[in-house]
Amino acid sequence: MNEIIFTLNGKTVSCPFEPTRRLLDVLRQDFNLIGVKEGCGEGECGACSILLDHNVVNSCILPLGNVHGKDIMTIEGFKTTKRFKVIEQAFIEMGAVQCGFCTPGMVMSTESLLHHNPHPTDQEIKIALSGNLCRCTGYNMIIDAVKKASIVGDGLW
Amino acid sequence: MSDISKSIPKLDAASKIAGEALYVSDISMPGMLYAKTVRSTIVKGKILSIEKPSLPEGYFIIDRQDIPSRNVVKIIFEDMPYFATDHIEHYGEPILLMVGPHLDMMDELIKKIKIEYAEATPLFDFKDSVVHYEYAKGDPKSVFERASQIIEMTYETGYQEQAYIEPQGMLAYPEVSGKMTFIGSIQCPYYVKNAVIHALGCSEDQVRVIQATVGGAFGGKEEFPSLMACQLAVAVQKAQKPIKLIYEREEDMEVTTKRHPSKISLKASVDEFGNVQGIIAQVSLDGGAYVGLSSVVLSRAMIAASGAYTFHHLSVQGDVYRTNNVPTGAFRGFGAPQMFFAIEMFMNHIAKATHQDPFAFRMRHLARQGDQTSTSGKFRDPIILEDLIQIATQKAKYHQKAKAFSLTDQYKGIGMSFFLHGCGFTGSGESTHIKATVRLHKLISDKVEIQVAAVDMGQGLKTTLPKLVAKILEIPIHQVIFESPDTDVVPDSGPTVASRTTMIVGGLLARAAKELKGVWQSGIDQVITKRYEQPSYIEWDEATMKGDAYPAYSWGVNIVEVEVDRLTMQVKVKNVVSAYDVGKAIDEQIIRGQADGGITQGIAYGYLEKMVSQKGRIRQKNMTDYLIPTSVDIPKMETILIDNPYPLGPYGAKGAGELTLVGGAPAVCLAIEMAIKRHITKIPATPEYLMELINHE
Ligand code: FES
Ligand code: FES
Repeated sequence: MNEIIFTLNGKTVSCPFEPTRRLLDVLRQDFNLIGVKEGCGEGECGACSILLDHNVVNSCILPLGNVHGKDIMTIEGFKTTKRFKVIEQAFIEMGAVQCGFCTPGMVMSTESLLHHNPHPTDQEIKIALSGNLCRCTGYNMIIDAVKKASIVGDGLW
Repeated sequence: MSDISKSIPKLDAASKIAGEALYVSDISMPGMLYAKTVRSTIVKGKILSIEKPSLPEGYFIIDRQDIPSRNVVKIIFEDMPYFATDHIEHYGEPILLMVGPHLDMMDELIKKIKIEYAEATPLFDFKDSVVHYEYAKGDPKSVFERASQIIEMTYETGYQEQAYIEPQGMLAYPEVSGKMTFIGSIQCPYYVKNAVIHALGCSEDQVRVIQATVGGAFGGKEEFPSLMACQLAVAVQKAQKPIKLIYEREEDMEVTTKRHPSKISLKASVDEFGNVQGIIAQVSLDGGAYVGLSSVVLSRAMIAASGAYTFHHLSVQGDVYRTNNVPTGAFRGFGAPQMFFAIEMFMNHIAKATHQDPFAFRMRHLARQGDQTSTSGKFRDPIILEDLIQIATQKAKYHQKAKAFSLTDQYKGIGMSFFLHGCGFTGSGESTHIKATVRLHKLISDKVEIQVAAVDMGQGLKTTLPKLVAKILEIPIHQVIFESPDTDVVPDSGPTVASRTTMIVGGLLARAAKELKGVWQSGIDQVITKRYEQPSYIEWDEATMKGDAYPAYSWGVNIVEVEVDRLTMQVKVKNVVSAYDVGKAIDEQIIRGQADGGITQGIAYGYLEKMVSQKGRIRQKNMTDYLIPTSVDIPKMETILIDNPYPLGPYGAKGAGELTLVGGAPAVCLAIEMAIKRHITKIPATPEYLMELINHE
């Protein structure tokens, strides 16, 4: 194998075979997907959250080698969907965005949660977002936004 | 006309949600190089030699030998070099920058650098006072002589890390004109600009500073970015290429400025009726290896010595101690969180020691309109603290719960803090030091551009300032433009700190907008400039710390309910209710967001966030071991806002950003105290500390 091939935001892409490179660096440097943020580089903050086969993962601790043949979605791919529009609107309406550095990651975690559980309880939302740190909001308004998205977007997930 | 407080969608939210907003790490330029900092691995000593490897083409080492002018970061107290001199004063002190096109190669080259040191004995105790202030009110000496009882306690607070989710970062590049431009994650564009001018010894028009989208700051990006900019300035002069310096989380945690650890000793003289006559306070702050702006943090802490109460006799002394710890600096609250923790716990402890009901005791001492402030100024404006207390206690069922929890052994508790925050710079800072200037530029298109140096770091200025201006001009908000500040375009409206922006910068913009409205001519280019003028009744004497320390005060009440696990001593926050007087909210949802975020940091400062320096090295290195609250740690929070317009604020607005943090720690600690029935005198109140309290009594 001299290439790593995966689906990125709906398109098949290939990268040189450097299996230990962090997926985060590949996305930001090679594909200019700057909506994927680096907050800690150690899998703790969730700013680099992306979807791997619909599950949210931290791209800063994911070696490129692990995504061969997989489906990767970043905020850049997700933002073209109807579901994104619903989440976006809910985040704006509920005041869930302050500095915004955690926000793309929060959105990806929300998408993953609602994909698996379209009508989560508050506690389920909290657990689903517990890997995404936010230093600005105290989380209340983000939780309200996820709830709102699940109601407004009923049927989309 | 609709109420200004009615919320509108934040204007910058969509680009952030979509991941399109550009933070400094997202910006790249052709030919751009990267920089990495090589730091001291000892705490104190002398550099004997530095052995540098030979560098491949395109790589550079920049150190103090490259500095054209001054090796000092222009902050308040100018003592911090941006490249270490021969003497190392703290662990992780920057010695040189490695600059080049490939980070991997730079790492290899850094490994080949050999630095030899002669270590010396570091100092960590409070021995070397570099700033000493004191002030007095009334006649404290005689009330202590007449006291029927004297109560004494000492309180200690630890470090707190800002933990903005976006680490520090700065990009600098040379322009063809010879000018140097900086794009950074910063709170204060003109601080950066002035620091670089000072470091390079160049003229004003040779430095330009632009704010990138800021991923959280909380004071951490007030003075620290100036150091990075000075280093990059020297590096760009040498390499003549764009250079980007982004910290990794570990580096950011280990070496950037944090909240000052403190030790606060309080002594109260109580009369035969159980009233406090006077307080003697001694405040000690750990300034770390360099003083920087610690003196200003100290004065805010000292001025807060009477909390939200009026004491007629006060004697307050304070010192910043130089140690060989990492330098401490600005953090939301700026000295006030330390003092409010101490004074609120102390008031409760006095009540207990004198067998009084703590609530009634504290209520009797509340500050009222017309009272003298701690520094013998005057509380001129109405104080509605009692209303705030009443509504908050009702909503939180404070009295019922306090009664139930104190009588039983359920390890549950409810705590309440009262606090105020002086809005704007301390003392005469606004008029002598900052001298804010703002500008409104109406274009031929009739769009109005806000030109100020104020930075939106998440607190919502991108929305609130245009909202204010649009409302006064009675034009749609989309007709108002507010770009991130660029010092080539905007005047110096001062730093984005000290809860000053809405009240002072917003107030000036409101005046400019009123004037523009009066002279508005469609299709014509018009410019209105406004400068800050101190209200004439404000008097402040720096030397004696007497007079009006602030033009206005915001007030608040926090009520926090907890449950403590009796085996593990883990604290679970169950409920939070707050009531605030911020004058008038320019946007209610934005203020609620500030309130949620501020108290989350404040509560966590009290019970969760533990950072320790062990022999000069910060032990917590990442989000893995420095715990900040996650979504499962925070309950639903309730915030009540009561209008109390300040005549000189825009629509009556006062400061809000810091206020929401300062009461969190005492509220949660008073709740824990009720739950475990022991006195808390130290934060963070971690399970280990609580265990110790339980076992030692
Ligand atoms: S950057 Fe990946 S989890 Fe923090
Ligand atoms: S909005 Fe700033 S970290 Fe979440």
